[in-house]
Amino acid sequence: MITFEGVTKRYPDGTVAVDELSLELPTGQTTVFVGPSGSGKTTSLRMINRMVEPTSGRIAIDGQDVRDRDPAVLRRSIGYVIQQAGLFPHRTVLDNIATVPLLLGWTRRRARDRARELMEVVGLAPEQAKRYPHQLSGGQQQRVGVARALAADPPVLLMDEPFSAVDPVVRTGLQDELLRLQQELRKTIVFVTHDIDEAVRIGDAVAVFRAGGTLAQFSTPERLLAEPADEFVEEFVGYDRGVRRLSFFPASDLALRGDTVLAAETPSSEASAIARAQGEPWLLAVDAAHRPIGWARALDLDRAAPGSTLGDLATVGYGHVFRVGTDSLRAALDAAVLSPAGRAVGVDEDGKVVGVVAQAELGDALWAVGTDETPPAGAVRP
Amino acid sequence: MNGAPLIDWDWITRNLDDPIGTRLLEHLYLSFAPLLLGLLLALPLGIACARWRPLYPPVFTGVNVLYAIPSIALFFLLLPYTGFSAWTAIIPLGLYTLAILVPNVVSGLAQVPDHVRQAAVAMGFGPLRRLIQVELPVALPVIVAGLRIAAVATISMVSVASLVGIGGLGQLILTEGFRRQFPTPIVVGIVLSVALAFVVDGLLVLAQRALTPWTRDRDPVARARPRTVGAAKGGNA
Repeated sequence: MITFEGVTKRYPDGTVAVDELSLELPTGQTTVFVGPSGSGKTTSLRMINRMVEPTSGRIAIDGQDVRDRDPAVLRRSIGYVIQQAGLFPHRTVLDNIATVPLLLGWTRRRARDRARELMEVVGLAPEQAKRYPHQLSGGQQQRVGVARALAADPPVLLMDEPFSAVDPVVRTGLQDELLRLQQELRKTIVFVTHDIDEAVRIGDAVAVFRAGGTLAQFSTPERLLAEPADEFVEEFVGYDRGVRRLSFFPASDLALRGDTVLAAETPSSEASAIARAQGEPWLLAVDAAHRPIGWARALDLDRAAPGSTLGDLATVGYGHVFRVGTDSLRAALDAAVLSPAGRAVGVDEDGKVVGVVAQAELGDALWAVGTDETPPAGAVRP
Repeated sequence: MNGAPLIDWDWITRNLDDPIGTRLLEHLYLSFAPLLLGLLLALPLGIACARWRPLYPPVFTGVNVLYAIPSIALFFLLLPYTGFSAWTAIIPLGLYTLAILVPNVVSGLAQVPDHVRQAAVAMGFGPLRRLIQVELPVALPVIVAGLRIAAVATISMVSVASLVGIGGLGQLILTEGFRRQFPTPIVVGIVLSVALAFVVDGLLVLAQRALTPWTRDRDPVARARPRTVGAAKGGNA
């Protein structure tokens, strides 16, 4: 656990970067410091490994004051990843990763073996080992940066806007990778970003900083979106927070209906009768493997030529589907909004239709979420 | 001189070992020693200036003022103390290289990207280890670029040292050539001096390539961007 107790950083010119910060960052979890520039989030991060010394207050890792330890020795026990990776241009990928083990006095051979192991962990091909940093893409450089930070297996990992210099697609990939790594490694991660979406996606807990270096709110991402502490936080998280919060609730709780899903071979007349009995304006046609084909309008079924089947009339595309087992309510809502039929199609891992849900029915589920205190156990990640 | 050929091959053959060979070796020694001296002074000076920036403007002015003193004057100034020993040439020529080497050490260290330096601190490098294992290696291409300029300038300037009788190829040009109105030693002296500059420069390029493998497939202009300091070589004759 990392503890901030009344930590203040005041510069000689009088600027207060961090003002009376008190926080407890739980072991084995990812805590994100988020806020606009000048809110002291990076300064707070750097006080943990003594890159910046606090003016007053105390920072402790597992109860031990960081100031009781030699800065260089302390830093070797804390992984650090920065924007632009900060790789050493004169060292190969392998030797960059082996940096801290070598500082700790490991033999070159053992350090390199460890580095090779980590290249695999962060998803770098072995043939990259002998390359120099400038020969890599931005995303690959960041992976090397993460591998280097993990090399000596430090319990604490500090990440200072590590992914903000790469393009959005690569960034999402790196975030996924970090989440996957963290599932296995369970490090105490402190992650600084100015991007609230990244904060909500990565963090087990999020600390929102405001200008002047004070803490505006410290809570889980879901609570942050549900109940911003004040106007500043509400504005900072963005006005679509209601929709974004749906990411934290699984789609598996939705009541899907299967009675409007019919085989493509069903005769039009029969399908028409079912639609009328259900009072449903749309029916979903599926193939023999139970995969979606398209939506058929009940009105068209009524007027269909005799002998035609549901499949002949299922001409309206079903848009994109959501996976019932793994996707969130947000994905389900998105699928329903984008569907011409106003209905989302839920599928299982094999792509077979589980059922469909209309926007109106989704609304009930969203209301239920709005009043829930906490997300259900096993909540999905955004 | 009238009617005599510019190059008397016979003279060259007869004098190949001495004085031609001897003077060439002297020249090499008189160039190498000031470079070494200059580097030994420029590294700590440049490192200090890079670390404590307010130090740099006075140091920069100082080394430039040194460079502005005519070499011949410095040689004569030193004669009473060092006599006709090699030091009379080595000390002034070594001081001259500072005008090129110090700015290159400073700018080499200054162009170490901040995120690289920050990362080194955060990894747990102490100040000295950071300097030796990270900052100097990253600055090396710029430092070597300065060394190349200084080497060529020094090789050219050593010739002047013979005016006070210290040896080198200048001696060949002056004593054997001008005094006797005999062109061959002059031509031999000039050609060997230029050839020496070429060879030393080439060796430095090779040394840099061996020492900085990470710069090999980079833009060659970015690799060896020489930080010249205004003064052209030979400005001290």
